[in-house]
Amino acid sequence: MVIQALAFYLFAALAVASGVMVISARNPVHSVLFLILAFFNSAGLFVLIGAEFLAMILVVVYVGAVAVLFLFVVMMLDINFAELREGFLQYLPIGALIGLILAAELILIFGTWIVAPDVGQSLTAPILPPDQVTNTHALGQVIYTDYIYLFQASGLILLIAMIGAIVLTLRHRPGVRRQKIADQVSRRREDVVEVRDITTGSGA
Amino acid sequence: MVEFWWSYAWPTLWMVIQILFIVVPLLIVVAYLTYAERKVIGFMQLRMGPNVVGPFGLLQPFADALKLMTKELIIPTGANRVVFLIAPMLTFVLAMVGWAVIPVAEGWVLSDINVGILYLFAISSLGVYGIIMAGWASNSKYPFLGALRSAAQMVSYEVSIGFVIITVLLAVGSLNLSDIVLAQQDVWFFIPLFPMFIVFVVSALAETNRAPFDLPEAEAELVTGYNVEYSAMAFALFFLGEYANMVMMSGMTVILFLGGWLPPLDIAILNWIPGIVWFALKVSAMLFVFLWVRATLPRYRYDQLMRLGWKVFLPASLLWVVVTAGAIVVFDWYPGVVN
Repeated sequence: MVIQALAFYLFAALAVASGVMVISARNPVHSVLFLILAFFNSAGLFVLIGAEFLAMILVVVYVGAVAVLFLFVVMMLDINFAELREGFLQYLPIGALIGLILAAELILIFGTWIVAPDVGQSLTAPILPPDQVTNTHALGQVIYTDYIYLFQASGLILLIAMIGAIVLTLRHRPGVRRQKIADQVSRRREDVVEVRDITTGSGA
Repeated sequence: MVEFWWSYAWPTLWMVIQILFIVVPLLIVVAYLTYAERKVIGFMQLRMGPNVVGPFGLLQPFADALKLMTKELIIPTGANRVVFLIAPMLTFVLAMVGWAVIPVAEGWVLSDINVGILYLFAISSLGVYGIIMAGWASNSKYPFLGALRSAAQMVSYEVSIGFVIITVLLAVGSLNLSDIVLAQQDVWFFIPLFPMFIVFVVSALAETNRAPFDLPEAEAELVTGYNVEYSAMAFALFFLGEYANMVMMSGMTVILFLGGWLPPLDIAILNWIPGIVWFALKVSAMLFVFLWVRATLPRYRYDQLMRLGWKVFLPASLLWVVVTAGAIVVFDWYPGVVN
Protein backbone atom coordinates (compact mmCIF):
# COMPACT_ATOMS: atom_id res chain seq x y z
CA MET A 1 0.00 0.00 0.00
CA VAL A 2 2.94 2.33 0.58
CA ILE A 3 3.71 2.35 -3.13
CA GLN A 4 0.09 3.16 -4.01
CA ALA A 5 0.03 5.98 -1.46
CA LEU A 6 3.30 7.38 -2.79
CA ALA A 7 1.98 7.17 -6.36
CA PHE A 8 -1.25 8.84 -5.32
CA TYR A 9 0.53 11.77 -3.68
CA LEU A 10 2.88 12.08 -6.65
CA PHE A 11 0.05 12.16 -9.21
CA ALA A 12 -2.16 14.37 -7.06
CA ALA A 13 0.58 16.87 -6.28
CA LEU A 14 1.63 17.03 -9.93
CA ALA A 15 -1.98 17.43 -11.05
CA VAL A 16 -2.61 20.28 -8.64
CA ALA A 17 0.71 21.94 -9.37
CA SER A 18 0.20 21.77 -13.13
CA GLY A 19 -3.36 23.02 -12.64
CA VAL A 20 -1.96 26.08 -10.89
CA MET A 21 0.62 26.50 -13.65
CA VAL A 22 -2.13 26.42 -16.29
CA ILE A 23 -3.53 29.69 -15.00
CA SER A 24 -0.26 31.27 -13.91
CA ALA A 25 2.07 30.47 -16.84
CA ARG A 26 2.98 33.56 -18.84
CA ASN A 27 3.04 31.81 -22.18
CA PRO A 28 -0.32 30.36 -23.33
CA VAL A 29 1.41 27.44 -25.05
CA HIS A 30 3.03 26.54 -21.74
CA SER A 31 -0.43 26.72 -20.17
CA VAL A 32 -1.74 24.15 -22.64
CA LEU A 33 1.28 21.91 -22.04
CA PHE A 34 0.65 22.07 -18.30
CA LEU A 35 -3.01 21.29 -18.95
CA ILE A 36 -1.87 18.16 -20.77
CA LEU A 37 0.31 17.25 -17.79
CA ALA A 38 -2.71 17.72 -15.52
CA PHE A 39 -4.81 15.41 -17.74
CA PHE A 40 -2.05 12.87 -17.65
CA ASN A 41 -1.81 12.87 -13.88
CA SER A 42 -5.58 12.58 -13.59
CA ALA A 43 -5.33 9.50 -15.80
CA GLY A 44 -2.74 8.17 -13.35
CA LEU A 45 -5.18 8.75 -10.48
CA PHE A 46 -7.87 6.86 -12.42
CA VAL A 47 -5.50 3.92 -12.79
CA LEU A 48 -4.84 3.97 -9.06
CA ILE A 49 -8.54 3.60 -8.20
CA GLY A 50 -8.79 0.74 -10.69
CA ALA A 51 -10.64 2.59 -13.45
CA GLU A 52 -8.10 1.75 -16.14
CA PHE A 53 -10.62 2.06 -18.99
CA LEU A 54 -11.52 5.62 -18.01
CA ALA A 55 -7.83 6.44 -17.64
CA MET A 56 -7.05 5.28 -21.16
CA ILE A 57 -10.08 7.04 -22.63
CA LEU A 58 -9.03 10.23 -20.84
CA VAL A 59 -5.62 10.02 -22.47
CA VAL A 60 -6.95 9.06 -25.92
CA VAL A 61 -9.74 11.63 -26.07
CA TYR A 62 -8.49 14.59 -24.07
CA VAL A 63 -4.75 14.37 -24.46
CA GLY A 64 -4.64 12.71 -27.87
CA ALA A 65 -7.33 14.70 -29.63
CA VAL A 66 -8.84 17.66 -27.76
CA ALA A 67 -5.59 19.05 -26.38
CA VAL A 68 -3.90 18.70 -29.79
CA LEU A 69 -6.54 20.93 -31.36
CA PHE A 70 -6.32 23.25 -28.40
CA LEU A 71 -2.55 23.51 -28.77
CA PHE A 72 -3.02 24.11 -32.47
CA VAL A 73 -5.35 27.05 -31.85
CA VAL A 74 -3.22 28.57 -29.09
CA MET A 75 -0.03 28.31 -31.17
CA MET A 76 -1.75 30.10 -34.04
CA LEU A 77 -3.26 32.88 -31.94
CA ASP A 78 -1.64 36.26 -32.07
CA ILE A 79 -2.32 37.49 -28.55
CA ASN A 80 -1.06 40.49 -26.72
CA PHE A 81 -0.13 38.99 -23.37
CA ALA A 82 0.00 42.29 -21.48
CA GLU A 83 -3.55 43.11 -22.58
CA LEU A 84 -4.67 39.70 -21.47
CA ARG A 85 -3.23 40.21 -18.00
CA GLU A 86 -5.03 43.52 -17.48
CA GLY A 87 -8.46 42.00 -17.03
CA PHE A 88 -7.16 39.52 -14.46
CA LEU A 89 -8.41 41.34 -11.34
CA GLN A 90 -11.66 42.24 -13.04
CA TYR A 91 -12.52 38.61 -13.76
CA LEU A 92 -11.19 37.32 -10.44
CA PRO A 93 -14.54 37.53 -8.54
CA ILE A 94 -16.41 35.53 -11.20
CA GLY A 95 -13.65 32.93 -11.33
CA ALA A 96 -13.58 32.68 -7.55
CA LEU A 97 -17.38 32.30 -7.49
CA ILE A 98 -17.29 29.42 -9.99
CA GLY A 99 -14.50 27.80 -7.99
CA LEU A 100 -16.54 28.11 -4.80
CA ILE A 101 -19.60 26.56 -6.44
CA LEU A 102 -17.53 23.60 -7.67
CA ALA A 103 -15.96 23.16 -4.23
CA ALA A 104 -19.40 23.28 -2.59
CA GLU A 105 -20.71 20.63 -4.98
CA LEU A 106 -17.76 18.36 -4.27
CA ILE A 107 -18.25 18.80 -0.52
CA LEU A 108 -21.96 17.99 -0.92
CA ILE A 109 -21.18 14.77 -2.80
CA PHE A 110 -18.54 13.55 -0.38
CA GLY A 111 -20.60 14.74 2.58
CA THR A 112 -23.45 12.51 1.44
CA TRP A 113 -21.09 9.55 1.41
CA ILE A 114 -20.00 10.23 4.94
CA VAL A 115 -23.49 10.93 6.33
CA ALA A 116 -25.16 7.98 4.59
CA PRO A 117 -22.49 5.48 3.50
CA ASP A 118 -24.95 3.12 1.82
CA VAL A 119 -26.52 5.80 -0.36
CA GLY A 120 -24.46 4.57 -3.30
CA GLN A 121 -26.22 1.23 -3.25
CA SER A 122 -29.68 2.72 -3.32
CA LEU A 123 -28.88 5.18 -6.09
CA THR A 124 -26.98 3.19 -8.66
CA ALA A 125 -28.39 0.32 -10.62
CA PRO A 126 -26.78 -2.94 -9.54
CA ILE A 127 -23.73 -3.61 -11.67
CA LEU A 128 -21.83 -6.84 -11.65
CA PRO A 129 -19.41 -6.87 -8.70
CA PRO A 130 -15.96 -5.50 -9.56
CA ASP A 131 -14.09 -8.69 -8.71
CA GLN A 132 -16.00 -10.67 -11.36
CA VAL A 133 -15.77 -8.43 -14.42
CA THR A 134 -13.28 -5.93 -15.78
CA ASN A 135 -14.44 -2.34 -15.65
CA THR A 136 -14.51 -2.24 -19.46
CA HIS A 137 -17.10 -5.02 -19.41
CA ALA A 138 -19.08 -3.36 -16.62
CA LEU A 139 -19.13 -0.01 -18.44
CA GLY A 140 -20.23 -1.71 -21.64
CA GLN A 141 -23.02 -3.45 -19.77
CA VAL A 142 -24.26 -0.20 -18.26
CA ILE A 143 -23.90 2.08 -21.27
CA TYR A 144 -24.81 -0.17 -24.19
CA THR A 145 -27.29 -2.52 -22.56
CA ASP A 146 -28.96 -0.95 -19.54
CA TYR A 147 -29.05 2.64 -20.74
CA ILE A 148 -28.99 2.13 -24.49
CA TYR A 149 -31.75 4.69 -25.20
CA LEU A 150 -30.03 7.43 -23.22
CA PHE A 151 -26.82 6.56 -25.01
CA GLN A 152 -28.54 6.81 -28.40
CA ALA A 153 -30.10 10.12 -27.38
CA SER A 154 -26.74 11.60 -26.42
CA GLY A 155 -25.35 10.32 -29.74
CA LEU A 156 -28.13 12.17 -31.57
CA ILE A 157 -27.41 15.35 -29.62
CA LEU A 158 -23.76 15.14 -30.64
CA LEU A 159 -24.76 14.52 -34.25
CA ILE A 160 -26.96 17.61 -34.22
CA ALA A 161 -24.14 19.64 -32.69
CA MET A 162 -21.81 18.41 -35.42
CA ILE A 163 -24.26 19.24 -38.20
CA GLY A 164 -24.81 22.65 -36.59
CA ALA A 165 -21.09 23.36 -36.57
CA ILE A 166 -20.80 22.34 -40.22
CA VAL A 167 -23.80 24.46 -41.25
CA LEU A 168 -22.41 27.49 -39.41
CA THR A 169 -18.95 27.30 -40.93
CA LEU A 170 -19.53 25.92 -44.41
CA ARG A 171 -19.74 28.53 -47.11
CA HIS A 172 -19.43 28.05 -50.81
CA ARG A 173 -17.10 30.65 -52.18
CA PRO A 174 -17.52 31.39 -55.88
CA GLY A 175 -14.56 30.94 -58.15
CA VAL A 176 -12.96 28.11 -56.20
CA ARG A 177 -12.05 25.15 -58.37
CA ARG A 178 -12.18 21.86 -56.55
CA GLN A 179 -10.40 18.69 -57.48
CA LYS A 180 -12.92 16.08 -58.57
CA ILE A 181 -11.20 12.75 -58.28
CA ALA A 182 -14.03 10.86 -59.99
CA ASP A 183 -13.83 13.10 -63.06
CA GLN A 184 -10.09 12.68 -63.23
CA VAL A 185 -10.27 8.94 -62.92
CA SER A 186 -13.06 8.58 -65.46
CA ARG A 187 -11.24 10.70 -68.05
CA ARG A 188 -10.39 8.62 -71.10
CA ARG A 189 -7.45 9.14 -73.36
CA GLU A 190 -9.72 9.51 -76.43
CA ASP A 191 -11.59 12.46 -74.87
CA VAL A 192 -8.57 14.63 -74.27
CA VAL A 193 -5.74 13.61 -76.58
CA GLU A 194 -5.94 13.90 -80.30
CA VAL A 195 -3.19 12.48 -82.45
CA ARG A 196 -2.77 14.25 -85.76
CA ASP A 197 -0.49 13.24 -88.52
CA ILE A 198 1.22 16.36 -89.72
CA THR A 199 3.60 16.34 -92.62
CA THR A 200 6.99 17.85 -92.07
CA GLY A 201 7.12 21.59 -92.60
CA SER A 202 3.34 22.17 -92.64
CA GLY A 203 2.82 22.53 -88.89
CA ALA A 204 2.14 26.03 -87.54
CA MET B 1 15.70 -4.82 6.36
CA VAL B 2 15.10 -8.25 4.87
CA GLU B 3 11.44 -7.45 4.52
CA PHE B 4 12.25 -4.16 2.82
CA TRP B 5 14.48 -5.99 0.35
CA TRP B 6 11.95 -8.68 -0.59
CA SER B 7 8.85 -6.50 -0.68
CA TYR B 8 10.18 -3.29 -2.20
CA ALA B 9 13.75 -3.27 -3.42
CA TRP B 10 13.83 -6.63 -5.19
CA PRO B 11 10.53 -6.14 -7.11
CA THR B 12 11.77 -2.75 -8.26
CA LEU B 13 15.12 -4.18 -9.27
CA TRP B 14 13.46 -7.11 -11.04
CA MET B 15 11.22 -4.65 -12.90
CA VAL B 16 14.26 -2.65 -14.00
CA ILE B 17 15.95 -5.84 -15.22
CA GLN B 18 12.86 -6.79 -17.21
CA ILE B 19 12.67 -3.29 -18.71
CA LEU B 20 16.32 -3.56 -19.74
CA PHE B 21 15.57 -6.92 -21.36
CA ILE B 22 12.99 -5.15 -23.52
CA VAL B 23 14.70 -1.82 -24.19
CA VAL B 24 18.21 -3.04 -25.03
CA PRO B 25 17.12 -5.49 -27.77
CA LEU B 26 14.69 -2.84 -29.00
CA LEU B 27 17.47 -0.27 -29.36
CA ILE B 28 19.61 -2.80 -31.22
CA VAL B 29 16.67 -3.55 -33.51
CA VAL B 30 16.20 0.17 -34.11
CA ALA B 31 19.90 0.62 -34.87
CA TYR B 32 19.86 -2.24 -37.36
CA LEU B 33 16.57 -1.04 -38.83
CA THR B 34 18.37 2.09 -40.02
CA TYR B 35 21.05 -0.17 -41.50
CA ALA B 36 18.41 -2.45 -43.07
CA GLU B 37 16.63 0.54 -44.54
CA ARG B 38 19.78 1.79 -46.25
CA LYS B 39 20.69 -1.70 -47.45
CA VAL B 40 17.21 -2.62 -48.71
CA ILE B 41 16.63 0.67 -50.49
CA GLY B 42 20.18 0.46 -51.81
CA PHE B 43 19.56 -2.95 -53.36
CA MET B 44 16.20 -1.83 -54.74
CA GLN B 45 17.99 1.04 -56.47
CA LEU B 46 20.87 -1.17 -57.67
CA ARG B 47 23.34 0.30 -55.19
CA MET B 48 25.35 -1.41 -52.46
CA GLY B 49 24.22 0.63 -49.45
CA PRO B 50 26.62 1.02 -46.51
CA ASN B 51 29.49 -1.45 -46.94
CA VAL B 52 32.61 0.20 -45.55
CA VAL B 53 32.38 0.15 -41.73
CA GLY B 54 32.81 -3.43 -40.60
CA PRO B 55 31.93 -6.56 -42.63
CA PHE B 56 29.05 -5.74 -45.03
CA GLY B 57 28.88 -2.35 -43.30
CA LEU B 58 27.38 -4.02 -40.22
CA LEU B 59 29.01 -1.55 -37.83
CA GLN B 60 27.56 1.44 -39.67
CA PRO B 61 24.75 2.09 -37.10
CA PHE B 62 27.34 2.32 -34.31
CA ALA B 63 29.49 4.66 -36.36
CA ASP B 64 26.46 6.88 -36.93
CA ALA B 65 25.54 6.80 -33.24
CA LEU B 66 29.09 7.68 -32.18
CA LYS B 67 29.20 10.53 -34.65
CA LEU B 68 25.91 11.99 -33.42
CA MET B 69 26.93 11.61 -29.78
CA THR B 70 30.17 13.51 -30.18
CA LYS B 71 28.65 16.41 -32.10
CA GLU B 72 27.72 19.70 -30.54
CA LEU B 73 24.13 20.32 -29.51
CA ILE B 74 23.06 23.69 -30.87
CA ILE B 75 20.08 25.48 -29.35
CA PRO B 76 18.88 28.36 -31.54
CA THR B 77 18.78 31.75 -29.80
CA GLY B 78 15.10 32.26 -30.58
CA ALA B 79 14.12 28.82 -29.38
CA ASN B 80 12.11 28.11 -26.27
CA ARG B 81 14.87 26.21 -24.50
CA VAL B 82 12.95 23.93 -22.15
CA VAL B 83 10.30 22.84 -24.64
CA PHE B 84 12.98 22.54 -27.31
CA LEU B 85 14.86 20.00 -25.18
CA ILE B 86 11.79 18.17 -23.84
CA ALA B 87 10.40 17.48 -27.33
CA PRO B 88 13.01 14.91 -28.49
CA MET B 89 13.01 13.19 -25.10
CA LEU B 90 9.22 12.92 -25.22
CA THR B 91 9.29 11.44 -28.72
CA PHE B 92 11.88 8.86 -27.70
CA VAL B 93 10.26 7.90 -24.39
CA LEU B 94 6.82 7.54 -25.95
CA ALA B 95 8.25 5.28 -28.62
CA MET B 96 9.70 3.07 -25.87
CA VAL B 97 6.88 2.87 -23.29
CA GLY B 98 4.45 1.23 -25.68
CA TRP B 99 6.49 -1.95 -25.49
CA ALA B 100 5.47 -2.41 -21.85
CA VAL B 101 2.28 -4.15 -22.93
CA ILE B 102 3.32 -5.92 -26.14
CA PRO B 103 3.40 -9.71 -25.69
CA VAL B 104 6.33 -11.03 -27.73
CA ALA B 105 5.54 -14.64 -26.87
CA GLU B 106 3.03 -16.49 -24.70
CA GLY B 107 3.31 -14.79 -21.31
CA TRP B 108 6.41 -12.80 -22.30
CA VAL B 109 5.06 -9.38 -21.49
CA LEU B 110 6.10 -6.82 -18.94
CA SER B 111 2.58 -5.79 -17.96
CA ASP B 112 -0.37 -7.88 -19.11
CA ILE B 113 -3.04 -5.22 -18.55
CA ASN B 114 -6.72 -5.55 -19.38
CA VAL B 115 -6.82 -2.47 -21.57
CA GLY B 116 -3.57 -3.18 -23.44
CA ILE B 117 -4.78 -2.17 -26.88
CA LEU B 118 -6.23 1.09 -25.56
CA TYR B 119 -2.91 1.80 -23.85
CA LEU B 120 -1.08 1.31 -27.14
CA PHE B 121 -3.60 3.53 -28.91
CA ALA B 122 -3.20 6.21 -26.23
CA ILE B 123 0.59 6.09 -26.43
CA SER B 124 0.64 6.28 -30.21
CA SER B 125 -1.76 9.22 -30.13
CA LEU B 126 0.62 11.05 -27.79
CA GLY B 127 3.49 10.78 -30.29
CA VAL B 128 2.23 13.90 -32.04
CA TYR B 129 3.20 16.08 -29.06
CA GLY B 130 6.91 15.54 -29.54
CA ILE B 131 6.58 16.82 -33.08
CA ILE B 132 4.31 19.78 -32.31
CA MET B 133 6.50 20.86 -29.40
CA ALA B 134 9.64 20.57 -31.52
CA GLY B 135 8.08 22.61 -34.31
CA TRP B 136 6.79 25.31 -32.03
CA ALA B 137 9.84 25.57 -29.77
CA SER B 138 12.24 25.87 -32.70
CA ASN B 139 10.66 29.26 -33.45
CA SER B 140 11.40 28.87 -37.13
CA LYS B 141 9.27 28.59 -40.24
CA TYR B 142 10.05 25.17 -41.68
CA PRO B 143 9.80 23.24 -38.41
CA PHE B 144 6.53 24.96 -37.61
CA LEU B 145 4.99 24.09 -40.98
CA GLY B 146 6.23 20.53 -40.65
CA ALA B 147 4.77 20.26 -37.15
CA LEU B 148 1.38 21.57 -38.27
CA ARG B 149 1.23 19.11 -41.14
CA SER B 150 2.25 16.30 -38.89
CA ALA B 151 -0.33 17.13 -36.24
CA ALA B 152 -3.16 17.29 -38.77
CA GLN B 153 -2.01 14.07 -40.41
CA MET B 154 -1.62 12.04 -37.22
CA VAL B 155 -4.94 13.18 -35.76
CA SER B 156 -6.71 12.30 -39.03
CA TYR B 157 -5.31 8.80 -39.36
CA GLU B 158 -5.80 7.99 -35.70
CA VAL B 159 -9.54 8.07 -36.28
CA SER B 160 -9.44 5.25 -38.79
CA ILE B 161 -6.92 3.32 -36.67
CA GLY B 162 -9.44 3.58 -33.84
CA PHE B 163 -12.17 2.04 -36.00
CA VAL B 164 -9.84 -0.74 -37.15
CA ILE B 165 -9.08 -1.53 -33.51
CA ILE B 166 -12.83 -1.59 -32.75
CA THR B 167 -13.36 -4.11 -35.56
CA VAL B 168 -10.68 -6.39 -34.15
CA LEU B 169 -12.08 -5.99 -30.65
CA LEU B 170 -15.53 -7.00 -31.90
CA ALA B 171 -14.01 -10.21 -33.16
CA VAL B 172 -12.03 -10.85 -29.97
CA GLY B 173 -14.24 -9.66 -27.13
CA SER B 174 -11.33 -8.45 -25.02
CA LEU B 175 -8.93 -5.51 -24.90
CA ASN B 176 -6.06 -7.61 -23.61
CA LEU B 177 -3.32 -8.06 -26.21
CA SER B 178 -2.60 -11.68 -25.25
CA ASP B 179 -6.30 -12.49 -25.65
CA ILE B 180 -6.26 -10.82 -29.06
CA VAL B 181 -3.43 -13.09 -30.17
CA LEU B 182 -5.00 -16.21 -28.67
CA ALA B 183 -8.27 -15.43 -30.46
CA GLN B 184 -6.40 -15.91 -33.75
CA GLN B 185 -5.53 -19.55 -33.16
CA ASP B 186 -8.00 -20.73 -35.81
CA VAL B 187 -7.46 -18.03 -38.39
CA TRP B 188 -5.33 -14.90 -38.38
CA PHE B 189 -7.49 -11.81 -38.54
CA PHE B 190 -5.97 -10.48 -41.73
CA ILE B 191 -8.00 -13.09 -43.66
CA PRO B 192 -11.54 -12.33 -42.42
CA LEU B 193 -10.78 -8.63 -41.88
CA PHE B 194 -8.61 -8.09 -44.96
CA PRO B 195 -9.88 -4.57 -45.85
CA MET B 196 -9.19 -3.44 -42.29
CA PHE B 197 -5.70 -4.93 -42.50
CA ILE B 198 -4.99 -2.74 -45.52
CA VAL B 199 -6.47 0.32 -43.83
CA PHE B 200 -4.39 -0.35 -40.74
CA VAL B 201 -1.11 -0.80 -42.59
CA VAL B 202 -1.62 2.38 -44.63
CA SER B 203 -2.67 4.30 -41.52
CA ALA B 204 0.39 2.95 -39.74
CA LEU B 205 2.54 4.43 -42.51
CA ALA B 206 0.76 7.76 -42.06
CA GLU B 207 0.91 7.60 -38.27
CA THR B 208 4.66 7.07 -38.27
CA ASN B 209 5.16 9.80 -40.90
CA ARG B 210 6.78 7.36 -43.30
CA ALA B 211 6.83 7.49 -47.09
CA PRO B 212 4.55 7.95 -49.00
CA PHE B 213 3.06 10.05 -46.19
CA ASP B 214 6.28 11.69 -44.99
CA LEU B 215 4.98 15.20 -45.62
CA PRO B 216 6.06 16.53 -42.22
CA GLU B 217 9.64 16.12 -43.36
CA ALA B 218 9.18 16.56 -47.10
CA GLU B 219 12.76 17.50 -47.82
CA ALA B 220 11.97 19.15 -51.12
CA GLU B 221 9.61 21.68 -49.53
CA LEU B 222 10.40 21.85 -45.83
CA VAL B 223 14.11 20.95 -45.69
CA THR B 224 13.35 18.19 -43.18
CA GLY B 225 10.38 19.66 -41.38
CA TYR B 226 10.07 19.62 -37.62
CA ASN B 227 13.67 18.60 -36.87
CA VAL B 228 15.49 21.22 -38.97
CA GLU B 229 16.87 23.06 -35.94
CA TYR B 230 17.99 19.94 -34.09
CA SER B 231 21.51 18.60 -33.99
CA ALA B 232 23.57 15.92 -32.27
CA MET B 233 21.78 13.69 -29.71
CA ALA B 234 18.53 15.67 -29.82
CA PHE B 235 18.30 14.87 -33.51
CA ALA B 236 19.34 11.28 -32.84
CA LEU B 237 16.51 10.92 -30.32
CA PHE B 238 13.96 12.02 -32.93
CA PHE B 239 15.47 9.61 -35.39
CA LEU B 240 15.46 6.72 -32.91
CA GLY B 241 11.92 7.62 -31.88
CA GLU B 242 10.71 7.53 -35.47
CA TYR B 243 12.25 4.12 -36.11
CA ALA B 244 11.11 2.73 -32.74
CA ASN B 245 7.60 3.88 -33.67
CA MET B 246 7.90 1.94 -36.91
CA VAL B 247 8.83 -1.17 -34.96
CA MET B 248 5.95 -0.58 -32.56
CA MET B 249 3.37 -0.09 -35.32
CA SER B 250 4.67 -3.27 -36.98
CA GLY B 251 4.32 -5.05 -33.66
CA MET B 252 0.75 -3.76 -33.37
CA THR B 253 -0.07 -4.96 -36.89
CA VAL B 254 1.37 -8.37 -36.07
CA ILE B 255 -0.64 -8.65 -32.86
CA LEU B 256 -3.89 -7.40 -34.33
CA PHE B 257 -3.84 -9.14 -37.70
CA LEU B 258 -0.95 -11.57 -38.13
CA GLY B 259 -1.42 -13.79 -35.11
CA GLY B 260 1.30 -12.44 -32.83
CA TRP B 261 3.60 -15.23 -31.68
CA LEU B 262 1.47 -18.01 -33.20
CA PRO B 263 3.04 -20.18 -35.93
CA PRO B 264 1.30 -20.12 -39.32
CA LEU B 265 0.11 -23.71 -38.99
CA ASP B 266 -0.71 -25.49 -35.76
CA ILE B 267 1.57 -28.48 -36.41
CA ALA B 268 4.25 -29.91 -34.16
CA ILE B 269 7.34 -28.96 -36.12
CA LEU B 270 6.27 -25.30 -36.31
CA ASN B 271 5.18 -25.29 -32.68
CA TRP B 272 8.71 -26.30 -31.61
CA ILE B 273 10.05 -22.96 -32.79
CA PRO B 274 9.70 -20.51 -29.89
CA GLY B 275 6.98 -17.89 -30.17
CA ILE B 276 9.38 -14.98 -30.04
CA VAL B 277 11.01 -16.18 -33.27
CA TRP B 278 7.68 -16.11 -35.07
CA PHE B 279 6.92 -12.70 -33.60
CA ALA B 280 10.32 -11.34 -34.68
CA LEU B 281 9.94 -12.82 -38.17
CA LYS B 282 6.52 -11.26 -38.63
CA VAL B 283 7.66 -7.89 -37.33
CA SER B 284 10.64 -8.01 -39.69
CA ALA B 285 8.33 -8.80 -42.60
CA MET B 286 6.16 -5.79 -41.72
CA LEU B 287 9.23 -3.58 -41.40
CA PHE B 288 10.38 -4.77 -44.81
CA VAL B 289 7.01 -3.63 -46.18
CA PHE B 290 7.64 -0.18 -44.64
CA LEU B 291 11.02 0.03 -46.41
CA TRP B 292 9.70 -1.46 -49.64
CA VAL B 293 6.90 1.11 -49.77
CA ARG B 294 9.41 3.90 -49.23
CA ALA B 295 11.54 2.71 -52.13
CA THR B 296 8.52 2.25 -54.41
CA LEU B 297 5.98 5.03 -54.02
CA PRO B 298 6.23 8.78 -54.61
CA ARG B 299 5.10 11.18 -51.89
CA TYR B 300 1.42 12.08 -51.62
CA ARG B 301 0.25 15.63 -52.09
CA TYR B 302 -1.06 17.12 -48.86
CA ASP B 303 -4.71 17.56 -49.86
CA GLN B 304 -4.75 14.03 -51.29
CA LEU B 305 -3.41 12.72 -48.00
CA MET B 306 -6.20 14.40 -46.07
CA ARG B 307 -8.78 13.24 -48.60
CA LEU B 308 -7.58 9.65 -48.27
CA GLY B 309 -7.80 9.81 -44.48
CA TRP B 310 -11.15 11.50 -44.06
CA LYS B 311 -13.10 10.63 -47.21
CA VAL B 312 -11.88 7.13 -47.98
CA PHE B 313 -10.54 5.40 -44.87
CA LEU B 314 -12.94 6.87 -42.34
CA PRO B 315 -16.16 5.86 -44.17
CA ALA B 316 -14.65 2.53 -45.20
CA SER B 317 -13.58 1.59 -41.69
CA LEU B 318 -16.87 2.82 -40.22
CA LEU B 319 -18.76 0.68 -42.74
CA TRP B 320 -16.62 -2.32 -41.88
CA VAL B 321 -17.31 -1.86 -38.17
CA VAL B 322 -21.04 -1.99 -38.96
CA VAL B 323 -20.60 -5.01 -41.25
CA THR B 324 -18.54 -6.91 -38.67
CA ALA B 325 -20.92 -6.09 -35.84
CA GLY B 326 -23.88 -7.06 -38.03
CA ALA B 327 -22.27 -10.36 -39.01
CA ILE B 328 -21.54 -11.17 -35.37
CA VAL B 329 -25.14 -10.49 -34.37
CA VAL B 330 -26.79 -12.22 -37.35
CA PHE B 331 -24.66 -15.39 -37.36
CA ASP B 332 -24.37 -15.47 -33.57
CA TRP B 333 -20.56 -15.42 -33.68
CA TYR B 334 -20.25 -13.76 -30.28
CA PRO B 335 -16.70 -14.24 -29.07
CA GLY B 336 -16.46 -15.83 -25.66
CA VAL B 337 -16.31 -13.01 -23.14
CA VAL B 338 -12.84 -13.24 -21.66
CA ASN B 339 -12.35 -11.77 -18.24
